[in-house]
Amino acid sequence: MTETTHGGAVGVKPPPTPDDRLSPADLAAKYGLSVSGARPSLAEYVRQLWARRHFIVAFSRAKLTAQYSQAKLGQLWQVATPLLNATVYFFIFGLLLGGRSGTPGGEQNYIPFLVTGVFVFTFTQTSVLNGVRAISGNLGLVRALHFPRASLPISISLQQLQQLLYSMIVLVAILVGFGHFPTWSWLLIFPTLACQFLFNTGMALIMARLGSKTPDLAQLMPFILRTWMYGSGVMFPLEPMLRDRAHAPGWLVDIVQANPAAVFMDLMRFSFIDGYTSADLPPHVWALALGWGLLIGIGGFVFFWKSEERYGRG
Amino acid sequence: MAVAEDTQEETKTLQQQAGAPAQQEPWIPTVIAEDLHIVYRVYGGAKGKGSATAALNRIVRRKPGGGSVREVHAVKGVSFTAYRGQAVGLIGSNGSGKSTLLRAIAGLLPAESGRVYTNGQPSLLGVNAALMNDLTGERNVVLGGLAMGMSRDEVAERYQGIVDFSGINEKGDFITLPMRTYSSGMSARLRFSIAAAKDHDVLMIDEALATGDKKFQRRSEQRVRELREEAGTVFLVSHNNKSIRDTCERTLWLEKGELVHDGPTEEVLKEYEKFTGK
Repeated sequence: MTETTHGGAVGVKPPPTPDDRLSPADLAAKYGLSVSGARPSLAEYVRQLWARRHFIVAFSRAKLTAQYSQAKLGQLWQVATPLLNATVYFFIFGLLLGGRSGTPGGEQNYIPFLVTGVFVFTFTQTSVLNGVRAISGNLGLVRALHFPRASLPISISLQQLQQLLYSMIVLVAILVGFGHFPTWSWLLIFPTLACQFLFNTGMALIMARLGSKTPDLAQLMPFILRTWMYGSGVMFPLEPMLRDRAHAPGWLVDIVQANPAAVFMDLMRFSFIDGYTSADLPPHVWALALGWGLLIGIGGFVFFWKSEERYGRG
Repeated sequence: MAVAEDTQEETKTLQQQAGAPAQQEPWIPTVIAEDLHIVYRVYGGAKGKGSATAALNRIVRRKPGGGSVREVHAVKGVSFTAYRGQAVGLIGSNGSGKSTLLRAIAGLLPAESGRVYTNGQPSLLGVNAALMNDLTGERNVVLGGLAMGMSRDEVAERYQGIVDFSGINEKGDFITLPMRTYSSGMSARLRFSIAAAKDHDVLMIDEALATGDKKFQRRSEQRVRELREEAGTVFLVSHNNKSIRDTCERTLWLEKGELVHDGPTEEVLKEYEKFTGK
């Protein structure tokens, strides 16, 4: 069909040139055209992403302010939601089920222990949950404009980091209220947060790719995350609970304690709470934190990049 | 490259005939489509997607490779080459594959077979391409600009131009309201203004010019002309033959995923109008 129309057109096709003998691929090569929608190399992808760093920051900040724009209390909910959660857990797990026993440093440490745990776990939890919708929830943007898609999950985990930093103000107030004043060990929250941020970003990237293919994950993930939360000792001390109450074998305790959420919570509590000593930390906890951060962070990035050309389809 | 003198002369006269803008280097290809086929795979398109028993049934009885996948062959072997400074119209009845073809050129849909080569990254501007509805128009302008790869300074520099072009603020301070409060015409105008603020090598417009009032249509047609003069290539999908006539000198006519006719706009539109019985 196209063959016959080629000759007849006037003014919209070039006159005969040596180019006519070239195949489309050679012609494209001659004028520096590239295959549309091809995936860039990993190094090129990182470079593109770096070029969009302002977009990533602006996007996460915009999402943060938009998140509660329909609520009357606005930004207050950023802190109020985890606090309300912590209150519920305090009554159910702390008072009713006796989760306070075995809290490192004594039962008076339970509330700082619980609130730190809730805030730190919420950081990972919301990164994962929002990561599922990073691509599928921004399809309009993905289909309209071209930018490295990893910007979206990365800005989601950045948004959660900003939110956590706001929550930290409340956390510090609670800590001081319970007699835990700032010491040098508080500085340890920075390496911990860096590792956790890396881990969360990787998780958000992984979930974004999975969620763009399987939207059902948005329904499934809340259950998986709740199981993860109960299994990581957010509202009770993990080791005493497993060893003394459930009589779990030692290797099982080690495995549960090595899970990233438990590792990051342990380190944050160790940094913040006075009675929480290094004896309460599982072995090799810093190596585990760094390992999880690097493994999931880099692995998630590569995993996401592998599918870059396929986001936003259908 | 060595081009014979007489060839260049010929090129110039041809361009003058077609009314194309003067180019320093004539006939540089910007988009090459080579025997392009696009197939959509629709999962569970057969029946009973909503009912739980049907869903279970599908999971339990899944044959290897998936039983309930339907294939829709939307574009069948389209080849063409578009050149710098050209405005190309795409016409055809509903469901003939126009938008699909545009999305394939933009690299948003993978080709089943064949290839599309483009110069730089083509940008597709569609009516349904929503930005972020819960953010203000202001934020959308900034974010859209940053996402397209402008620097902060460039965005700040062009911000006023974008807002003025969109005409959002003509009837009061609407740019500081969330985009969900905009009428569909207003948000389409803002989207077009954001995307048109950058000089694209290849810009594709999917019926966006149809939205907005007369004044805005004139402004956007003017902007399309400017983009062409800046050595870009513009593709325009429209059911409005007049806007194709006004903007494009070349037109592709697609029907059932096949390229029926590719030639000067007048010639193709005449046949198309005969076909549609106008």
